[in-house]
Amino acid sequence: MAECHPVGFQWVVEAKARGAKMFHVDPRFTRTSALADRHLSLRAGSDIAFLGGLINYVLTHERHFREYVVAYTNAAQIIGDDLRLPDELEGLFSGFDPAKGTYDPDTWQYEGVDVRGSVNMGDLPRDESLTDPRCVFQLLKRHYARYTPEMVERVCGVPPAHFLEVAEALCANSGRERTSAFVYSVGWTQHTVGVQYIRAASILQLLLGNVGRPGGGILALRGHASIQGSTDIPTLYELLPGYLPMPHAHKHKTLADYVHAGTARKGYWHATGAYLVSLLKAWYGDAATAENDFCYGHLPRLTGDHGAYRTALDMLEGLVKGYMLFGQNPAVGSANSRLHRLALGHLDWLVVRDLSEIESATFWRDGPEIETGEARTEEIPTEVFFLPAAAHTEKDGTFTNTQRLLQWHTKAVEPTGDCRSDLWFCYHLGRIIREKLASSSDSKDRAILDLTWDYPTEGDHAEPEADAVLREINGWDSEGSPLPGYLALRDDGSTACGCWIYSGCYAEGINQTARRKPGAEQTWVAPEWAWAWPDNRRILYNRASAAPDGTPWSERKRYVWWDVEAGRWVGEDRPDFVPDRPPDHQPSADARGADALAGTDAFIMQADGKGWLYVPDGLADGPLPTHYEAHESPVDNPLYRQQSNPAREEHPHPLNPSNPSGGGGEPYPFVMTTYRIAEHHTAGGMSRWQERLSELAPEMFVEVHPDLALARGLEAGGWATIVTSRSAIEARVLVTERLAPLAVDGRTIHQVGLPYHWGYGGIAPGESANDLFPIVLDPNVHIQEVKAATCDVLAGRRPRGQALRDLVETHRRRSQP
Amino acid sequence: MDEPVRTYYGRPVLKEPEWTWEVPWYLFSGGLAGASSGLVLAARLTGHTGLADRVRWVAAAGAGASPILLIMDLGRPRRFLNMLRVFKPTSAMSMGSWLLSAYATAAATSAGLAVWGRLPRLHLLFDGAAGLLGLPFATYTAVLLADSSIPVWHEARGQLPFVFGASAGASAGAAGVLVGPAGQRAPARRLALAGAVAELAAHEVMMRRLAELGRPYEEGDGARFATAAKACTAVGAGLLAADRRRRWASVTGASLVLAGSVCERWSVFRAGFQSAADPAYVVASQRRRLAEREVAGEPA
Amino acid sequence: MKDLDLQAGTRYGFFTDTSVCIGCKACEVACKEWNQVPGSGFEFTATSYDNTVSLGANTWRHVAFIEQPAIEQPAIQQPAIQQPACEEPACGESVPGAHDFRFLMSSDVCKHCTSAACLEVCPTGAIFTTEFQTIVVQDDICNGCGYCVTACPFGVIERRETDGGAWKCTLCYDRMRGNKMPACAQACPTDSIQFGPLDELRARAERRVEELDSSGVVGARLYGHDEDDGVAGFGAFFLLLDEPEVYGLPPDPVTPTRHLWSMWRTAAAAAGGLAVALAGAFVRSGRG
Ligand SMILES: Nc1nc2c(c(=O)[nH]1)N[C@H]1C(S)=C(S)[C@@H](COP(=O)(O)OP(=O)(O)OC[C@H]3O[C@@H](n4cnc5c(=O)[nH]c(N)nc54)[C@H](O)[C@@H]3O)O[C@H]1N2
Ligand SMILES: Nc1nc2c(c(=O)[nH]1)N[C@H]1C(S)=C(S)[C@@H](COP(=O)(O)OP(=O)(O)OC[C@H]3O[C@@H](n4cnc5c(=O)[nH]c(N)nc54)[C@H](O)[C@@H]3O)O[C@H]1N2
Ligand code: SF4
Ligand code: SF4
Ligand code: SF4
Ligand code: SF4
Ligand code: SF4
Ligand SMILES: [Mo]
Repeated sequence: MAECHPVGFQWVVEAKARGAKMFHVDPRFTRTSALADRHLSLRAGSDIAFLGGLINYVLTHERHFREYVVAYTNAAQIIGDDLRLPDELEGLFSGFDPAKGTYDPDTWQYEGVDVRGSVNMGDLPRDESLTDPRCVFQLLKRHYARYTPEMVERVCGVPPAHFLEVAEALCANSGRERTSAFVYSVGWTQHTVGVQYIRAASILQLLLGNVGRPGGGILALRGHASIQGSTDIPTLYELLPGYLPMPHAHKHKTLADYVHAGTARKGYWHATGAYLVSLLKAWYGDAATAENDFCYGHLPRLTGDHGAYRTALDMLEGLVKGYMLFGQNPAVGSANSRLHRLALGHLDWLVVRDLSEIESATFWRDGPEIETGEARTEEIPTEVFFLPAAAHTEKDGTFTNTQRLLQWHTKAVEPTGDCRSDLWFCYHLGRIIREKLASSSDSKDRAILDLTWDYPTEGDHAEPEADAVLREINGWDSEGSPLPGYLALRDDGSTACGCWIYSGCYAEGINQTARRKPGAEQTWVAPEWAWAWPDNRRILYNRASAAPDGTPWSERKRYVWWDVEAGRWVGEDRPDFVPDRPPDHQPSADARGADALAGTDAFIMQADGKGWLYVPDGLADGPLPTHYEAHESPVDNPLYRQQSNPAREEHPHPLNPSNPSGGGGEPYPFVMTTYRIAEHHTAGGMSRWQERLSELAPEMFVEVHPDLALARGLEAGGWATIVTSRSAIEARVLVTERLAPLAVDGRTIHQVGLPYHWGYGGIAPGESANDLFPIVLDPNVHIQEVKAATCDVLAGRRPRGQALRDLVETHRRRSQP
Repeated sequence: MDEPVRTYYGRPVLKEPEWTWEVPWYLFSGGLAGASSGLVLAARLTGHTGLADRVRWVAAAGAGASPILLIMDLGRPRRFLNMLRVFKPTSAMSMGSWLLSAYATAAATSAGLAVWGRLPRLHLLFDGAAGLLGLPFATYTAVLLADSSIPVWHEARGQLPFVFGASAGASAGAAGVLVGPAGQRAPARRLALAGAVAELAAHEVMMRRLAELGRPYEEGDGARFATAAKACTAVGAGLLAADRRRRWASVTGASLVLAGSVCERWSVFRAGFQSAADPAYVVASQRRRLAEREVAGEPA
Repeated sequence: MKDLDLQAGTRYGFFTDTSVCIGCKACEVACKEWNQVPGSGFEFTATSYDNTVSLGANTWRHVAFIEQPAIEQPAIQQPAIQQPACEEPACGESVPGAHDFRFLMSSDVCKHCTSAACLEVCPTGAIFTTEFQTIVVQDDICNGCGYCVTACPFGVIERRETDGGAWKCTLCYDRMRGNKMPACAQACPTDSIQFGPLDELRARAERRVEELDSSGVVGARLYGHDEDDGVAGFGAFFLLLDEPEVYGLPPDPVTPTRHLWSMWRTAAAAAGGLAVALAGAFVRSGRG
């Protein structure tokens, strides 16, 4: 966090100053560890074992927050009895289809109901004594029983004393009077089990009662300054704004199909129809009518995986003709970057909009493959258009940060030369296309011609007003006056809203995101600093900060509570609940949506109003987090015979081979992980072209422990070559004890650390760590596993030209005896 | 260093001086000139006018070279005159600049008047001025170096002026032996001898005082020049002392003493760089100081 | 960002609390951006994360990185294993001076010495003391004599190759004149760099050391806060977690000019000696 979120880290420092205890769990001792009370070095890719150990500790020592667990989680839920857990099936859950490599969640369901359909969950079999062998609580106990401190040590290499220190501190600082928080970022997500990492933390926090309460939670530190915004109003192919799923070509033919599928009976997803129809009204305006399903037919449809990685592989097959890269540098930043550079070379045309002339725009001219002779400039057909982009300092707009906070920023300087904002580009591109299609009678063009494309512009360059876009996102009613929030949305076409969760950011016609009231001049929650979605709530599910009866769990931790006189929920923050819903309310059997929420259903977005310890539906790789080895690991899974996540997404391709996993990992015996350093930014477009930053970390380097340096004859400041079955790169050697070898399952495991910021371009060039990684993904969100893989390290620089490929090949052949 | 000291990756604590070759030559020329002017004055007062008239040119040459060398070494030579912007007793370089200006003027004028041949009284006055200014000018350069944070210079502050003064005397004497007219060289020879012996002695005392901080004089350039200095000065002095009849002997001897004086300055100069480059010297000297204070019961 | 209200005549400076430095180098970058300092060159040093090496003409803030192996505790708190219920698992006393692996980071800067050697030796008067009692070089006067460079006990000030002048931290004199906080302090996310009236900072620093001692942090000490030290105290002082030399700082810095008068006396004596030698040389030969 100190490396990557230094400004946010000031609050950790402040918490420490107020007596908070801070643990840092990371394979490497980093700038963050330097300020932690204890750093725990664990083997990359083993956190589920670690977290599972904590869950087991909480359960076996009865340290869970019982009232909280019973009232607010699905611990008491009874699960159908044909569910089988991994310890019964060699590491698999029931429902796995080896042929397809996927799960069928039929057997994971709650007893007596299929949560996939929107059906009554009101009176499901529950056992609030938590003793029924088939209730979620008992399942957890069974599943995690083998995650003992000794097992944690075997898998993670964490000594029991350190593990127990964390376990104790966590339990001691949870409950009525205290809360603990988890902070994570991509050290937890970039794994083939990434989603299950986070799930494991969720289980722990729910058991300890640390969700929906001040000082609790699982804080996902996001990436690029507005990456949160780019998932809220997504740049993701399978989502529409506000996490509405993108319609599927076959499953969601009509608006009715879509709404039906998306509408859980209970909670706020019930209003899915209102959210989507309002979105369509924002996009298609008057053209969207009840008669034409509000232009639902104009929306693009999914036919399968259209993720960035799938698309790159499709490029290699010649299935993709043109490509637009806005603010992304896959030639350096994406796993198996070599494959991406070769893939881009199969396009007919490529548009790159960026601040710098990044590798993804120059691969055809000076990419490493030109040197090795794998590609020849003359033979690359791709026509590349490089368009200089304006930076955030050169345009108005909002950032949405980690805590869902929308913060308005105002242009500081005019963009220079031909630099233009992305808003400018998209708006005028759309305008020109619409002009060209104006006379078209082709029905497929209606999708574009029906769009409301009428943003006001300003200045010499006719820059669209970002403010107008934000107003559209907030939404308006039939009179055109701004909406107060998402509760005002209707599915009858009377409201338009660009993103339902953002509705309210322009309430009363005031740009709420531009508020800058100093913290000292308002309450400690600082509700008047910018604006948080949804409805300016700073803590989600904050109903859980009060006991079932509506009184605060404790004075120290009072946040939102039921005011008996006023008959409503009040507190420090906007209650995340039906404002006047009494704690003891029981919904009638036929109630729907928000009306169906009981007074204790704190998790208002869940189909059953409960926090899910156990996930009966929605995950591709099992209802409970289970430790699997990374796709590439030097050790055999000590817990199950199943080595890696059975449902992980591999993408077999000659350019995407895998290293052997397990049994020592030869000829790639070392664990390899990648990360960021404070000095550089991601794939380098914003730092490797900057002297001020580049001089602070001028060359690509590899971090190794003195023992490994000795074993491989590496000298500090010298060169090393890192080899995998994909490629080999060279890097300067940084010998450091911050990367301690671990005793795992009786063997000494060395870990090799690689920052991933470098590419051949810029003023401080270096070789790309991503050339070493395979494209192998988490099945839920298709995130690449770049935090844990295997490699070998050789002394000296890599061979040049064809000799490089030869080295990779000969090294790989060592694996086949 | 004898006891290992903790450092930051063995990187210097101090910056090495920015000064280049002009500076050691300036140290030499200043010493030679200053002492020579002294010799001129003494010679005149004792009626050795022949010797005085010849040595005056040595002084003039040295006095002329000094400012040129000083200016050449500046990062911004055009701004040399800023040296005379202020009169700053806390700055050896400021005082030195004023001293240099005054002395060089005197030395140059006296040389000028010597050519012109008129106004003998005024001439004597300027010879006097040059002589009296020349002596401090010959030793102030030691303060210039000693008033720095460089251990091998600063810690030798008690000896360096004597090393430089003696070396200056030796060089002036040697110069006198070379240029002086037959029959009047004896005083110059005696000055050279005395200077040489004093120089060797002073250097030795300095080394004692510096103890392990003096190591820069025992390795690298510092050592090379120091040894050369010792050898030249000793042999030169030996020859001067041995035989006053054979001219070749005194010429060689005198030249060696001059060379020794040049090397002496170079060794001190280079030793300073080595002493700044190795953090061990800085840390060790200061740790020793702290330890001593600890013993003395002062707050460390 | 509210403006400060800085008073001429009050002494301002820095308290750099290295115990909360996270080595993000924002201070280095902010300093260079604001003061338009040239680059320090691209050199990979393989010495932890420090690639700018030291303070100098082109590096006015420098962050040092020190990796220290653990000084072993007796054996990690066994009690935690036996009775996991123990409230404070980290309890169990430790050998004094013992610590886990440490990653020390410290942002160094010109000390703005009370008795500033650079200023005292500067023959041109280019270096002066501002109304905030900070030490600043006037580039339009500096003639590049390099004397300040040999004088500074901390190796801070340096002559810049490209323009021959001497450069160092100005404590953002221009910003202070405009009631703005120095760039480095403003950029520092963790308040490792604290700017303010020196006496306030000193008091705060004392408290901080006590705080750290009581919370079991090893080796916390102030460096440069003492007016009786060799440079009569720093305007920019530090809280360190180990001995100064570990950070590349001199353990007992002294302003060389302290001994200037004794040096002048010695020089005079030496000159006198020379005079005597001269006289002596002529004694035995009366008139030639
Ligand atoms: N200076 C700087 N700041 C940045 C960025 C940048 O490039 N530079 N990028 C931004 C972006 S896009 C993002 S996504 C965030 C990412 O922020 P972070 O997630 O903090 O970034 P990383 O350094 O990739 O990963 C964090 C740590 O995960 C550790 N790690 C690796 N494998 C494992 C594992 O299996 N378990 C555990 N527990 N830890 C593991 C690594 O050693 C590393 O120290 O940072 C943002 N901020
Ligand atoms: N091995 C390994 N690989 C990783 C990761 C890892 O930890 N390890 N982390 C992953 C993560 S979390 C991320 S986010 C990705 C990042 O990978 P990428 O997104 O591919 O790399 P960036 O350098 O962040 O690309 C952003 C580009 O946007 C440009 N840019 C900045 N502002 C603007 C703008 O306003 N408009 C336009 N058009 N362009 C702009 C920048 O110059 C930069 O070139 O890398 C992923 N890849
Ligand atoms: S770079 Fe920006 S987003 Fe990242 S920590 Fe610094 S201020 Fe925050
Ligand atoms: S630290 Fe050096 S440069 Fe800074 S004021 Fe003191 S003597 Fe001058
Ligand atoms: S270099 Fe400039 S600032 Fe330094 S002493 Fe000489 S004149 Fe003064
Ligand atoms: S005070 Fe100003 S000049 Fe000095 S280091 Fe900080 S930013 Fe640089
Ligand atoms: S900005 Fe602050 S925290 Fe970052 S390196 Fe500088 S002093 Fe340390
Ligand atoms: Mo990211």
